[in-house]
Amino acid sequence: MTIVAAGRRAGSFRSLWRLRGFVRPYRAQMGFMLVCAMLAVAASTLIPLVLEAVVNGPIQHRDRAALVPMFFLALGLGVAEAALIVGRRRVQSVAIQKIEREMRDDLYARLQVLPVSFHDRWQTGQLLSRATSDLGTIRRFFGFGAIFFIVDGLQYAVVMALLLATYLPLGVVALLTTLPVIWLAKRFGAGYSSISRRVQDQQGDLATVTEEAASGMRVVKAFGRAPLMEERFGSSARLVRSSQLDLVRLRARFWGWLTLVPNLTMAASVLIGGIAVARGSLSVGALVAFTTLLVLLQFPIIDLGWILSMAQQAATAADRVCEIFDAPMSVTDRPGAVALTHVRGRLGFEHVAFAFPGTARPVLSDIDLTLEPGETVAIVGLTGSGKSALAALPTRLYDVTSGRVTLDGSDVRDLTLDSLRRHIAVVFEEPILFSMSVRENVLLGRPDATDDDIDEAVEVAQAGFVFDLPWGLDTRIGEQGMALSGGQRQRLALARAVITRPAVLVLDDPLSALDVNTEALVEQALARVLARTTGLLVVHRPSTVALADRVALLRDGVLVAVGTHHELMDLPEYAAVLSVGFDPSGSR
Amino acid sequence: MTATDPWRGIAAEEVEEVPAQWTGLLRRRTRHLIATLAAPHRRAVLVVAVAILVSNAAATAIPYLVGLGIDLGIAGARRHDYLPIGVITGAIAVCAAAQALLYRVFVAGSGRVGQEMILELRERVFAHFQRLSLAFHERYTTGRMIARLTSDFDSINDMFALGIDTLVNAVLSVVFVGVILLVLDLPLGLVCLSGFVPLFFLTRWYQRASTAAYRTTRNTMALVIVQFTESLRGIRAVHAFRRQPRNDEIFGELSEGYRAAMTRSFQLLGIYWPGIVLVGNVTTAAVLLYGGWRVINGDMQVGILASFVLYLRRFFEPLAEVSQFYDQFQAAAAGFEKLAGVLDEEPSVPMPARGAPWPAGGLRGDVRFTGARFSYRSGPDVLNGFDLGIPAGQTVALLGATGAGKSTIARLLARFYDPTAGEITIDGIPLPAFDYLSLRRAVAMVTQESFIFSGTIGENIAFASPTATDEQVAAAAAAVGVDAFVRGLADGYQSDVGKSGSRLSAGQRQLVALARAFLANPAVLILDEASSSLDAPMERLVQSALKTVLAGRTSLIIAHRLSTVEIADRVLVVDAGRIVEDGAPSELLAAGKGHYASLHAAWRESLV
Repeated sequence: MTIVAAGRRAGSFRSLWRLRGFVRPYRAQMGFMLVCAMLAVAASTLIPLVLEAVVNGPIQHRDRAALVPMFFLALGLGVAEAALIVGRRRVQSVAIQKIEREMRDDLYARLQVLPVSFHDRWQTGQLLSRATSDLGTIRRFFGFGAIFFIVDGLQYAVVMALLLATYLPLGVVALLTTLPVIWLAKRFGAGYSSISRRVQDQQGDLATVTEEAASGMRVVKAFGRAPLMEERFGSSARLVRSSQLDLVRLRARFWGWLTLVPNLTMAASVLIGGIAVARGSLSVGALVAFTTLLVLLQFPIIDLGWILSMAQQAATAADRVCEIFDAPMSVTDRPGAVALTHVRGRLGFEHVAFAFPGTARPVLSDIDLTLEPGETVAIVGLTGSGKSALAALPTRLYDVTSGRVTLDGSDVRDLTLDSLRRHIAVVFEEPILFSMSVRENVLLGRPDATDDDIDEAVEVAQAGFVFDLPWGLDTRIGEQGMALSGGQRQRLALARAVITRPAVLVLDDPLSALDVNTEALVEQALARVLARTTGLLVVHRPSTVALADRVALLRDGVLVAVGTHHELMDLPEYAAVLSVGFDPSGSR
Repeated sequence: MTATDPWRGIAAEEVEEVPAQWTGLLRRRTRHLIATLAAPHRRAVLVVAVAILVSNAAATAIPYLVGLGIDLGIAGARRHDYLPIGVITGAIAVCAAAQALLYRVFVAGSGRVGQEMILELRERVFAHFQRLSLAFHERYTTGRMIARLTSDFDSINDMFALGIDTLVNAVLSVVFVGVILLVLDLPLGLVCLSGFVPLFFLTRWYQRASTAAYRTTRNTMALVIVQFTESLRGIRAVHAFRRQPRNDEIFGELSEGYRAAMTRSFQLLGIYWPGIVLVGNVTTAAVLLYGGWRVINGDMQVGILASFVLYLRRFFEPLAEVSQFYDQFQAAAAGFEKLAGVLDEEPSVPMPARGAPWPAGGLRGDVRFTGARFSYRSGPDVLNGFDLGIPAGQTVALLGATGAGKSTIARLLARFYDPTAGEITIDGIPLPAFDYLSLRRAVAMVTQESFIFSGTIGENIAFASPTATDEQVAAAAAAVGVDAFVRGLADGYQSDVGKSGSRLSAGQRQLVALARAFLANPAVLILDEASSSLDAPMERLVQSALKTVLAGRTSLIIAHRLSTVEIADRVLVVDAGRIVEDGAPSELLAAGKGHYASLHAAWRESLV
């Protein structure tokens, strides 16, 4: 499903209209629902007419036998109405939920391919409220509001025509009194739209506070700062409440007027109609019919107001959803991008400069560095010197600001993302595991690997502990499962990268949480892996540097020296960054 | 959770069908919650109730007045006596105005009460989540906590915004119209009311079926939310390992589960609603037949038959409308039920409102573990009769392999958990005797996760110390060596850290977390692998800062790196929950063999 290209967000219903593509496959069902709804309304409108027929026919003629067919007519209409509702609901419950599901799946798929820089800017809570409550609002509009907007509109037109036909002057009065209601509904809608947008944003903020309180629970507990979190949550919740109260007041005012106008019209009809009857210009029967019809008019008008507010909410929700569909996909396959099949693993940085999107401060400037196939280069530098940013560029988690990163000589932006990431594996500073089995976590980048491959990767990463878990490789870990220590998580993340047998392996300080013994074992095993692949290591520890053929020293985003460990040892700056000048025996 | 009360707390959340004998308990609990929330608003509720009652009476009077106008008003007007029609028109206008005004009072009033209740409940649940122990949170997961505080409240809000009006209106219509029908004509009125018999069974069926259906809906939604947040938080790994297709697949399955559950509950409504319409329509047809019969027999007036049919619309239609909001009631009820369950959970590490008094001159920080025993959930004992005394002011390094119990010792000391047996004291005061705030002034802990909250860097450093001045914040930052970096940023300490600290490297986050701990200034400080992501010079800076900060302060340091040990007065090597080596670093080294000495040898080698 592709969404029609972004338009100016001037008309508030523009976004909602753009989502029509999701409904299109279900137009037959939508049509069926519409027809069912119209017929059901018609049936329920006809039932009072049967009463008139009963009064004018069997009762006036005292014809008991004639009552029976009338009874069956009313019964038939009644059963038909119920059956039509069943039919509409049947179709609706399937079609509309499918539409919502498709929108949600597309939104999720879109969010997954949006670049990391997008996710740096957007809080998960804000995105979540778009994928849940906003989509629910849109679904309700498509499944109910849109259909009854048409049905009520038709009912209004038909009843109004009947009113005008019954007695023109009164009909004109009725018509004129509906105009302020429609104006009111429109004004209400505009107010509702702006407030509900505010509410939704504030709810997103509230969700963010909630999410932080949940994820940062340990820190909050460690420092006893629940009062602070409660205050933050409370002030955010109070903002939501005051906006909700604005909505309540608006709704109260609107509903007040909405019920007042039709009843005043009724009073006017009794007065004007009564006098007209007295003067002989209108029959009593016609006046009775008129007032009955007026009652019938009340429902579609009230419904209309309700549907309009629903539509406004849906339009607001659609705006928010389209914001995600419209977010620029800065990191995508270029037209004509090539899929790499065979990779030697020559990784080059050519005059690379980088600043995080939306910021001016360069994190990396004029980086020139080439890693020959099979070569391992360690990146060394102080915290904040740009090491992690450098490690994020080969797999295009971010794109360079200028210059280019090449793989086997071709710009990584000219390769398909899929093939690029197939050949370059990354282990992050902070291991990211998902709520699934150990096996699936390890096989993330290579689902077809065999158990032997897993054994090997687990061995390299010294992650043998997984076999001691309650269900071994099938133990569920992550948020929903067993909690692992930082070191265990790091080792699994490493196993995950190793198992893909990448041409280039990027390791962003992946051993920081390991104890010395384990680290030494991992390094030994890693040395075997790195002999086969090109390696880019971000390191903090001198011991890890030993894995590298060459070392690049980074200072404030600039490469100041590249050479072997021994060559660089003479540089005081290098020695300062790496050498560890203390002796834990305390006897120095 | 006791055996006699298996449905306490959150136990019912993941069960689709709660045994009948317990649903009563769940409902009672929910009702009690709503009652306590509504209690402070009794007066407002009364005003709102009177308003809607009068408003409904006025609305019910209008059709009667219209009939009166047609009968009496026209008769008067024919005699050129316009008084009756004028009075009746005026009465309709007055009724209309009263109805509209009072309805407005009702909507505004009930909305306000609803919002106040929601706010109160939100704050109550949030505060309760904060009080519940980590053991609870590890079981409950963040995703579910978020779902409780977001989507459950959305449903409750929807109910207050739309459902309540409809429900109250419907109930009042039924009562008013029911009375009018019985007064107008008793036999025919009884025929109408007999429609309630099938309605009763229909409603009972729907209630049962939909309660289970909504429970499934909520639970499947929670799964969708968990998958959604988890994959977006780990978006880097998702991208780097081309996880999108598989994630789409997983999400598709969960999303399909939610869709199926929603479809199921929609289908239930799709039977219930037309069911009500059918009952109403059949009753109308019966009224036509029986009423017509009675009119022909001369037992009843034609006008009354007409009013019957008109009033019948006001009788069943609002009920059908309520059924449309029934999903909202269900959702809200399910939400209330779960929130009541959360509130029903008792903190497993309860703290007194007022803690034991501190010794004059503050805590010295004398820590003692006596026979501490602990296991996670029903797992094997991690600690079994653990004894340890740390004199005030001592810096202790805990060493040992992963899983040896180091973190458990730290967590028990921070009172994230309570030992299953034995006790832990600070200056002789058992940990459970500290109240919430004094406990955290006594013990603070920096974990390896170093979570960064949204806001500025300055706010993050001052997280634990709300009264800290800018100078104190800068001094704490300088103490851990992050001051220069922060000053280098465009906005200095006012720089926004972005989402979950994504603009800071892991090392910088650890430094901020350390600065936060220094500023908190607790009597006992625990560092759990708090410096693992620092580079060597940075770590050296931190080590020297630690020396000054830890001087005279009791501290427990868990580190995988031996460099940390340099600043320790004492090293404890832990294995399988017991201390196997204990002594000053130089002593242990001098002993020549043992775990610490071999670790040290390995470490020296790694430096070459």
